[in-house]
Amino acid sequence: MEVVNKEHLQQLIDRFANKDVFIHLETTNGAYAAHFNEAVFNAGAFIRNVKLRYELGKVVSDKPHRVGLKLEHGWVYAQGITHYEVDELGRLLMAGLDYEGKLAVALQISEQPFAY
Amino acid sequence: MFTDERQVLVVFPHPDDEAFSCAGVIRQMTKRNIPVTYACLTLGEMGRNLGNPPFATRESLPEIRRKELQQAAEAMGIQDLRMMGLRDKTIEFEDDEKMVKLVADLIDELNPSLMITFLPGFSVHPDHEATARAVVEAVRRMPEETRPTILAVGFANDTVEKMGNPEVVVDISDVKMDKLAALQAHASQTAWMIAESEKREESADELSNNWLTSEAFYVIKH
Repeated sequence: MEVVNKEHLQQLIDRFANKDVFIHLETTNGAYAAHFNEAVFNAGAFIRNVKLRYELGKVVSDKPHRVGLKLEHGWVYAQGITHYEVDELGRLLMAGLDYEGKLAVALQISEQPFAY
Repeated sequence: MFTDERQVLVVFPHPDDEAFSCAGVIRQMTKRNIPVTYACLTLGEMGRNLGNPPFATRESLPEIRRKELQQAAEAMGIQDLRMMGLRDKTIEFEDDEKMVKLVADLIDELNPSLMITFLPGFSVHPDHEATARAVVEAVRRMPEETRPTILAVGFANDTVEKMGNPEVVVDISDVKMDKLAALQAHASQTAWMIAESEKREESADELSNNWLTSEAFYVIKH
């Protein structure tokens, strides 16, 4: 993965607009967050292979970036995106990696379902 | 200890759970030609450590961890490694009966005299807890005289306070290098863990020593 190039990422997001796509969206502090620090309130969310269609997708220039997708009836967004790549299967993988190199957020878009 | 086990069945959810908790004991047994099967339920697909700059993506991590697991199994002398195909962080949401059956089927096939898993209530990660519950329940349903012994690993902060000291403590210094090799095989996981432990003001040496000289287990009573 590479550090986000905003203009390039915007082009990639545009490429998936108005198509049926599968989404992976994840936020996490890690399962051990409250084990290592009992003051941490551990929360996260995960969806994988939800099919949707967005009419407008936008990456915002602030770093780390926010990426939002406007749907016919709602929204998807992720905050904290730092890295991206198009993998060998043509899927757009975006991730927010924290200062220690741990994934904090992921937003991925694919025309085919992701593996299990 | 464990000189006359017929068959050992190790059940953990994530590649590397076995390396931290019982690689030494496993190696001691495989050295004595005791058959050890390791059923690893997931490939740790949701591991957070991807590096920055990243060495993997959410989608490429499982293949990396599969290879690490195979390498670790080799370091421990495990000849029967089963990858069970579940997804990291979802085990507690699977049907509980399906999980019990998954374990029961392995027990039926292998007839183990000893099993190793986590200690229910004291294993921190939801996948650990769900795995341990399934193992304990599958064994509880067996006729008492046929039940394998269960060695269980607990590491929640309140484990010793609530459970007392582990009943079984095994000196593994004779296979220290093999355990180290198993830990190192899980490079995508162990690198950050050692770094993080340093931050928690344990020296890496001290930590390695704890990991590499002994392994401790509770014995599950039904």
